Amino acid sequence: MNIHEYQTKELLKSYGVPIPEGRVADSESLAGIVAKEIGGDRWAIKAQIHAGGRGKGGGVQLANSIEEVRKHADKMIGTNLVTPQTTKEGKLVQRVLVESAQQISKEFYLGLIIDRIRQRITIIASASGGMDIEAVAESDPDKVIREAVDPAIGLPEFQCRKIAARIGLTGALMPQAVKLMQALYRCFRDKDALMAEINPLAIVNENKLIALDAKMSFDSNAVHLHPEILNYRDFDEEDAKEVEATGHGLNYIALDGNVGCIVNGAGLAMATMDAITYHGGNPANFLDVGGGASPEKIANAFRIVRKDPNVKTILLNIFAGINRCDWVAEGVVQAMQKQDITEPVIVRLSGTNYAQGQKILDDSGLPFINANDLDDAARKAVETVNEITQSLTQNGLGR
Amino acid sequence: MSILINKDSRVIYQGFTGQHATFHAEEAIKHGTNIVGGVTPGKGGMTHIGLPVFETVSDAVRETGANVSGIFVPPQFAADAILEAIEAGIKTIIVIADGIPVQGMVRVKRYLIGHDAMIYGPNTAGVITPGECKVGIMPANIYKPGRIGVVSRSGTLNYEAVEQMTKLGHGQSTSVGIGGDPINGASFVNVLKAFNEDPDTDAVVLIGEIGGSQEVDAALWAKENMKKPIIGFIAGVSAPAGRRMGHAGAIISAEADTAEAKMNRMEELGVHVVRNPADIGSTVDRVMKSITAVPLT
Repeated sequence: MNIHEYQTKELLKSYGVPIPEGRVADSESLAGIVAKEIGGDRWAIKAQIHAGGRGKGGGVQLANSIEEVRKHADKMIGTNLVTPQTTKEGKLVQRVLVESAQQISKEFYLGLIIDRIRQRITIIASASGGMDIEAVAESDPDKVIREAVDPAIGLPEFQCRKIAARIGLTGALMPQAVKLMQALYRCFRDKDALMAEINPLAIVNENKLIALDAKMSFDSNAVHLHPEILNYRDFDEEDAKEVEATGHGLNYIALDGNVGCIVNGAGLAMATMDAITYHGGNPANFLDVGGGASPEKIANAFRIVRKDPNVKTILLNIFAGINRCDWVAEGVVQAMQKQDITEPVIVRLSGTNYAQGQKILDDSGLPFINANDLDDAARKAVETVNEITQSLTQNGLGR
Repeated sequence: MSILINKDSRVIYQGFTGQHATFHAEEAIKHGTNIVGGVTPGKGGMTHIGLPVFETVSDAVRETGANVSGIFVPPQFAADAILEAIEAGIKTIIVIADGIPVQGMVRVKRYLIGHDAMIYGPNTAGVITPGECKVGIMPANIYKPGRIGVVSRSGTLNYEAVEQMTKLGHGQSTSVGIGGDPINGASFVNVLKAFNEDPDTDAVVLIGEIGGSQEVDAALWAKENMKKPIIGFIAGVSAPAGRRMGHAGAIISAEADTAEAKMNRMEELGVHVVRNPADIGSTVDRVMKSITAVPLT
């Protein structure tokens, strides 16, 4: 689960990480008021969306007067910001963070991740701040410091000093760096984060270390341990269909093809998309119905997949282990009868209670396209879509 | 023979009296699994499906000599249940629970150091040695005793591959799920090593997916050490970058994480890579025929 920059900073501040003075505003007039409250004569206005590269899209601006603060806020709020990490439509900006602008003398990178190879929380630090750390790691791997944290003892001071020394945070800056790293680690561990990134970490006026930009994401399997994190969730940043699917216990990810997919298990769901792609088709989505899916859950899966206007045919591929083919078949029949489904539906069932499931489908008299196995299912889905597109083109309707 | 579990394994289920554990324990017993009891805190002393229930894993180990545990407790309690199994001296711990907090698993992996135990999972469909022992949620009827080892991250894709090869007459020595989580127990390399040593395994099917580097690490190890052919598939050629595809660990974070990159690298390292997931069975068949066609010298 991702959160906004202003929320990350609020959370990190409560752990003692120094951040610039600032507040969030959802209108140009409030942005002006906030700037006045903060004081000073130079401010940064930062668009709040869940995507990086905001500076490149014009989502970070400097202002030298309250008038300019309001002007920039007005321009950002209510418009779509396009960055290298968003789609070409961009993301709607609903709020801006107004902060006192800093006199920066040097920038660093500081991050925490869960390293899959070391299987530990790992600190990543670099003297090359303000840049894409993956690009630095690629071009100049020696400039990226990695230190794994032993979960039995946490992050000791010596390890922070070691990292600080290696990126050049020495002298009077070292104790600040140690304090900041330990605060970041405590927050990461307490809240079950998966990723935290301070980029840049900067030296500003009179040798002060400060987190200029910050980003965190959290383990959705652990938010029940810290429900306060859920208050930070911004549904406007998420795909409405994906949010609805989660509510039904379905794992759905929208893609840009036209074959709707309903599958059980993440691996088989990906393999089904791959088989469609292998035969020259294009999947419209990833959808995993999970284990023990009830007929209602299957019917809901149809509802969600069909909300995508690009979907021209639906492929249901179930290999039941913990699932039951008879429940799945009932769900399919329910969906076909109640939802007025006009798209051709290809069904492949296998595993637990296969015979009962197939009988339910056969007895329903509904026009399914039966598939014997994964290959047959993928082939039939692609053929069906091709026929539909061809006839649309002949009628001058489709693309 | 087989790896990890067999007819002599003494199996307990943690979270034994729960609905899923009960159903799958009964299924496992039908398959011949020697389940010797289970653990549900607060229900020690009861009898459940004819077997003793214990308060703690160490009680169960002392009373039954258990050496394998299937963990069926809800995800929020699962990390603790694994720690308990490790501490009690269980050697083979199979974690079915899905949705364990990642940092919980980081601590479990730390605790594992210095203990002689191996974890399979979390978020695995389990481990099965067909006809002998099943600890998991897989449909047992698609597995047949045979000489192919199977190791996968995904459960349902494991079923798909197994059905394809069983239909063509190739049974399995053991099928191992290592789970779909980013921090897991046994790696592909650990399982390949075991299959390499097993005289009753002739070839191994390795099914991976996008995210992480475990599959390529396994192929690198195999190039130097493996005496048996590997048939490999990586799910997620059609998956977009940066999105978690159902499994917590299935996310493309870098170019090397993509299915395409992994399959190309594995092919270079000598793995028989399958590009269409529907061709796993036929590739096994082809590879097996090519092995048996070579005259013994």
